[in-house]
Amino acid sequence: MNNNLNKYIRPEVFPTPFCRGCGHGILMGSILRAIDELKLDIDQMVFVSGIGCAAWIPSPHFAADTLHTTHGRPVAFATGIKLFNPKLKVVVISGDGDLSAIGGNHLIHAARRNIDLTVICANNNIYGMTGGQMAPTTPTGARVSTAPDGSTEPAFDLCKLVWGAGSESDSYIARTTVFHARELIKYIKKALTHQGFSFLEAVSPCFTQFGRRNQAETPARMILDLKKMSVRAKKADELFKFKEKRKILIGEFK
Amino acid sequence: MKVFLQGNEACVQGALKAGCQFYAGYPITPSSEIMEKMVRVLPEHQGVFVQMEDEIGSIAAMIGAVWAGAKAMTATSGPGLALMLENIGYAIMTETPCVIVDVQRAGPSTGQATKPASGDVMTARWGAPGDYESIALSPWSVQEMYEFTIRAFNLAETYRMPVFLLADEAVAHLKEKVGLKKNINIVQRAKKSEQPPFGETAGNLPTSMPAFGQGRKISVTGSTHDEWGYRRTQVPAAHEKLVNRFCNKIRKNVEQIVEWETYEDQDAEILIVAYGFTARSALAAVRLARAKGEKVGLLRLKTLWPFPEKVFSGIGPKVKKIVVPEMNQGQIVLEVSRFYRGSVIYYNKTNGQVITPQEILDCIM
Repeated sequence: MNNNLNKYIRPEVFPTPFCRGCGHGILMGSILRAIDELKLDIDQMVFVSGIGCAAWIPSPHFAADTLHTTHGRPVAFATGIKLFNPKLKVVVISGDGDLSAIGGNHLIHAARRNIDLTVICANNNIYGMTGGQMAPTTPTGARVSTAPDGSTEPAFDLCKLVWGAGSESDSYIARTTVFHARELIKYIKKALTHQGFSFLEAVSPCFTQFGRRNQAETPARMILDLKKMSVRAKKADELFKFKEKRKILIGEFK
Repeated sequence: MKVFLQGNEACVQGALKAGCQFYAGYPITPSSEIMEKMVRVLPEHQGVFVQMEDEIGSIAAMIGAVWAGAKAMTATSGPGLALMLENIGYAIMTETPCVIVDVQRAGPSTGQATKPASGDVMTARWGAPGDYESIALSPWSVQEMYEFTIRAFNLAETYRMPVFLLADEAVAHLKEKVGLKKNINIVQRAKKSEQPPFGETAGNLPTSMPAFGQGRKISVTGSTHDEWGYRRTQVPAAHEKLVNRFCNKIRKNVEQIVEWETYEDQDAEILIVAYGFTARSALAAVRLARAKGEKVGLLRLKTLWPFPEKVFSGIGPKVKKIVVPEMNQGQIVLEVSRFYRGSVIYYNKTNGQVITPQEILDCIM
């Protein structure tokens, strides 16, 4: 890892709690690189997270003010921080289950309000920390501990959800994967500098809970598969035309 | 200065006096006047108001604002309190000072939205899962809606925890003359501190409340943590120390927190124990009984939590029985019975109507 980024990390937190092959380390590095490249003052930033593996990206890793909240609520906590002290740059980093299942209501209302928050959703399509249960983002047919024969439910497209909730506003909405690390850094920088609500979905593989139940060979292969599965949107409105199963549409949608 | 105010309006006046700068809420009868007043007056006091998507979001936004440096408040009623419980636990765990006004209405569930009750007394004590001590104040007048709101803020700052103003619909919608005070002690937060954010100081009190944006790199978590806020979920001693501290900051300071008053208790053989709006009827019952020559007195609880145990264990043999009228099926009477070994009679009313003096009198005679 780039030694220059060590200053953003609390020295006492290593070793990292993330499993082998988890994509969250790439996302964490990308967020810190974006902050470094933008030369943001991390002491004027607050990182808010919920419960789950992704919530551990900022708390306790980041050497900054961090608020590790209750499950699903980080966006609501962040709303209070931002409203009372608008000078602070408030960033929510949490998982797909946290933000779109139990916390879905707070997410859509923050998008509707177009409040100046950045929400980075690490989407691993599953509840990792609690043992691999079904999430609203679990693809139909994927095996999870609470749908051992494969999920029969349709999955959320989080970007569409946020787009719909904030359709009247000029929020920033994008999706990419941890395989596309350079693009990920670029999108994070755009999200952090956007005035108004910004939502970035970072698809990040979970080998431990998702991969081993769904015939992934190795953690590395899961990351390479992200490249194969990704389809680049040439225009923002492709978000609403895209119908391919088992593919990930990446790009900026708003 | 004397003004004519509704209970909920007086609560807002008290909050402003105490330095409240942030309000997050969700509409619910019979507390909504508080948010409708707040939205108008907070901006004039450099404060921020937000109507959130639900009560879970309200208390979350409030706690967030407190960590950003605000003194903050929310108000609700039973169904909203139910939604707030998870983050009440979070406020206890993260030692976040804040005020939660619960204007009680008749429940369970939606119940009677416009009718008074005292059904949330135990919820304020035990509602959030886990181990902790609670502070709840019980106003009986519009004057106390004002004064106790100020006190709730002061207690929240001193003990760094959520404090309940446990009002009821009758007091909240009552209109009375209120004396607004000029010189009243307001507990201020330390501007900046180098103390650990989750430590202990003299007198079992928590270290001063820090704020985000000061370069302190504060780690706040609802998980078990050490005095610097680092997660220590696998360390038995860390959890024990934390929970003991949450309890001891109240238990060791009970005498500073509990407040009560008595009427006609000197020679009383029958003692009525009451709180909130019910205490008004109890006092009227005392007057009626005295007129008939009966030796009846009143012990009015201003704080419900922590419970004034010593008051009850110290009641002498002159008192033959205690009567506890409540607008619930018997909540505070359980505490009274725990600490008073004599005869305890309870009178419960849960039809959304206030208890009348005559009903209390009928229990005594």
